[in-house]
Amino acid sequence: MILDAAVQLCQLLLVLALAPLLAGYVRKIKARLVGRQGPPLLQPYRDLLRLLRKEVVMAHSASWVFRVTPYLVFATTWVAAALVPTFATGLIFSYAADMIAIVALLGSARFMLALAGLDVGTSFGGIGSSREMMIASLAEPAMLMVVFTLSLLAGSTQLSSIAAFMQGAGVGLRVSLALALVALVMVALAENARIPVDNPATHLELTMVHEAMILEYSGRHLALIEAASYVKLLLYLSIIACVFAPWGIAESGQGFAAYLAGLAAYVAKLAAGGFLLAVFETAIAKMRVFRVSDFLGAALMLGLLATLLLFVSQVT
Amino acid sequence: MSLRLLTQGGAALVLEGLLWCIATLLATGIAAIAMARRGAASALVYGVSLCTTTIALLAAGAALLAPESLGGTLTLPIGLPWLGAHFRLDALTAFFLVVVNLGGATASLFGLGHGRHEESPGRVLPFYPAFLAGMNLVLLAADAFTFLFAWEFMSLSSWALVMAHHRRPGNAFAGYLYLVMASLGTLALVLGFGLLAGPSGGYAFEAIRQAPPSAQVSAVVLMLALIGTGSKAGLVPLHVWLPLAHPAAPSHVSALMSGVMTKVAVYGFVRIVFDLLGPPSWWWGAVVPLVGGVTAVMGVLYALMEHDLKRLLAYHTVENIGIIFIGLGLALAFEANQMPAAAALALTAALFHVFNHSVFKSLLFFGAGAVLASTGERDMERLGGLIHRMPLTAFAFLIGSAAISALPPFNGFVSEWLTFQAILLSPALPQWLLKFLVPAIGALLALSAALAAACFVKAFGITFLGRPRTQVAREAVETDRWSLAAMFALAALCLLAGILPGYFIDALAPVINAMTGASLPRQEQLDWLTIVPVAQSRSSYNGLLLFFLIALTAGIGAEVIHRWASASVRRSAAWDCGFPDASPATQYTAGSFSQPIRRVFGSVVFHASEEVHIPPPGDSRAARLHVRMRDVPWDTLYVPTARFVSYAAERLNRVQFLTIRGYLTLVFGALVSLLIVLTVWQ
Repeated sequence: MILDAAVQLCQLLLVLALAPLLAGYVRKIKARLVGRQGPPLLQPYRDLLRLLRKEVVMAHSASWVFRVTPYLVFATTWVAAALVPTFATGLIFSYAADMIAIVALLGSARFMLALAGLDVGTSFGGIGSSREMMIASLAEPAMLMVVFTLSLLAGSTQLSSIAAFMQGAGVGLRVSLALALVALVMVALAENARIPVDNPATHLELTMVHEAMILEYSGRHLALIEAASYVKLLLYLSIIACVFAPWGIAESGQGFAAYLAGLAAYVAKLAAGGFLLAVFETAIAKMRVFRVSDFLGAALMLGLLATLLLFVSQVT
Repeated sequence: MSLRLLTQGGAALVLEGLLWCIATLLATGIAAIAMARRGAASALVYGVSLCTTTIALLAAGAALLAPESLGGTLTLPIGLPWLGAHFRLDALTAFFLVVVNLGGATASLFGLGHGRHEESPGRVLPFYPAFLAGMNLVLLAADAFTFLFAWEFMSLSSWALVMAHHRRPGNAFAGYLYLVMASLGTLALVLGFGLLAGPSGGYAFEAIRQAPPSAQVSAVVLMLALIGTGSKAGLVPLHVWLPLAHPAAPSHVSALMSGVMTKVAVYGFVRIVFDLLGPPSWWWGAVVPLVGGVTAVMGVLYALMEHDLKRLLAYHTVENIGIIFIGLGLALAFEANQMPAAAALALTAALFHVFNHSVFKSLLFFGAGAVLASTGERDMERLGGLIHRMPLTAFAFLIGSAAISALPPFNGFVSEWLTFQAILLSPALPQWLLKFLVPAIGALLALSAALAAACFVKAFGITFLGRPRTQVAREAVETDRWSLAAMFALAALCLLAGILPGYFIDALAPVINAMTGASLPRQEQLDWLTIVPVAQSRSSYNGLLLFFLIALTAGIGAEVIHRWASASVRRSAAWDCGFPDASPATQYTAGSFSQPIRRVFGSVVFHASEEVHIPPPGDSRAARLHVRMRDVPWDTLYVPTARFVSYAAERLNRVQFLTIRGYLTLVFGALVSLLIVLTVWQ
């Protein structure tokens, strides 16, 4: 019990501490891949600290929704990330939210952020919110279909149980799992505003989605929103790692060495995931906004197909 | 009223009390006719309605929590002479009484303040308590005649309320369409109950229960029940009247119609299909969730295309009714396959959503009503920035929006989560059709939940956020205290049912037990008020903990940042990429917000097409964007039917102008053909 609480606390701090590093690492790799030096690995931390110390400039027409949203978005994303097993499963609060609830928590964060985009009453805020919600309207069902697939296999929607099941012997190679993995990766790209759906580095006006939505933010508010987006990237990589590469995750009460090994494995998985993301992003071009629906529609169909295969293959 | 009451035991006391509440409401309605012109009439009618519905709410709630007070029956010597009027209070009735009277009490509270804006109180006040009485009566009725009588009474009194502002454009048509669809629904229910009662005419529910119909008859009754209650609840394609009629009524009545009357229709479906019909066949579990899934997605897509705030909310009622019917249909599928625990889960999800939807839909309609009273506008394109002028209404509306979008930690999420859990139990169903269908329905449900969030970002964002688009929006004032009290009571309930769902699920247990013979594990005994659908190992959810964790991290984060980093704020003009425009017309509108979704989904569902007319350079005419959309159910189902009816009516019109010879021939012909039918029959 106390150990579980300690693991939970460690995890809470770990995701927050690692998230900017992951973002800096992906940026670095991307820069190196195109032959640039790139910013230092620790640049995101510096950016966040600097932004936190700056004063906030807010439009006259901004309401309390605009001021509250960064804190809520940050808190919601952080709590969601803290409930995904990263290096160990025995999290004391893991029963509070299953995978569906984690998806929905991210939905809550997005809901607030989209409202904040509309709050000031500018055309860029509106364009960002509107497109973000369009993307989410396809990404969220696709994600839920992936959740369905996983939980039908594992007999549980609880991430820790799914991880335990995937570590077990009875999994084997399954078509459903492969389809679910592809769908999950597509959703993760869209949800984190990565290429080909959105470009995190762009400030080219008409192609922005996420960046347009948060265009009016500055100072500590912007820092929180940036931190939340780093944490979200980490969260999706953690979900993929925990479900599709559960090796090395320490189970409850396995001793200190196992936790250390779990931590090392987790960092290695993040490094591999971040590297693949950077390679993928450099290799591919961004899509037109209205091609995104085809992309995510494909993810939804893959997820549905994966679920259907499981429904059909389960003979009672 | 010195009636001979045929009571049995103390349980009937509660039932008697509830019937007295209904009588009080009816008397208030009659009294309101006499004094509608006086100034105090409004306060009196809403005050009495508030007290009466609160008493009924408490009685029904107490009955639900203390099952020994259930089961009272009562027969009054009114109605059909050989039948009498049967009333019964069982767990299902008690639960729906809670829903109806909670909605009724808060609507009356809202009406105490909102009713002052009413320009024609004489058209509202008499029918309002009658409408409440009618809904209560439907729930308590225990024979087909009383049920149908109360059902029609409810329909007609709500029709009168829809027609309260009959001079406004569109309202007369809305009322007409409502009347036609209500008649269709009642016709289906009359036929359904006729089949249930059988040739012997046992119209009491008790008699029907003892002689369940054969499988073929059951199938017909199921379809009739689906049409009869579905037309009232708003199942696609019977929904067409709902988004016209619900918004036409005064806002607190809209809340009652959308939040509560549709639930009475759900009650009718549950009563007929789960209680009166015998054991279900498995294909019922395919038809009902499919209708529900299509309804859910269509409803939310219609809502996204809408920029009239009240009509948008009405379309969302269609969506939520779809979600409820998904749950009900899954329960039928499980029950047909002898999986009582899963059936209990699906039915719990559906009924919990019934409760949740009545709470947040009433709240949202109250919010829309407050905006309407303050600005005189329902069109979102002419609002904006109301959060500055009406901060409290905006806050309550935001809670309602989050709840209806199924976002944790509010209540809408819990019932959708339970529905998802029920879907995850369905691979065990043996029928292949169900195996294929249920995952697709899960996808439809997920799609509707995500689209609902987009829709409420639009509804809240365009109406309350941004900059005011018109003078009326700039000059809006906060609504009165009664209305705010009603909204905040419901907002608190949204949060409470979201973070402490275990108690609500436990309260549903007697209902679920009566309908499916099983119930969910007792939730209140679990640690930390977690809820689990079937077993802890499968999944669990704890809204309370999530709520506190988020509040705590947000609070600590804000405190730390303000203390150690920076706390200063400077107000300035908006940045807007360096080109801020002073005109509020440059903001995103409701139409532009939903444009991406219209392009993605609308081209298939609504055959939507866009045409852009840009004048050549040098021409100073404005550019134009034309959007064309088709309402497919309306164009393919209703327009041809209406055309056929008017064609037939025109042909038959000639029969009115025959000579006496002609009429005599007609009568003779009819007589002869009836006699022929009779001989052939025997």
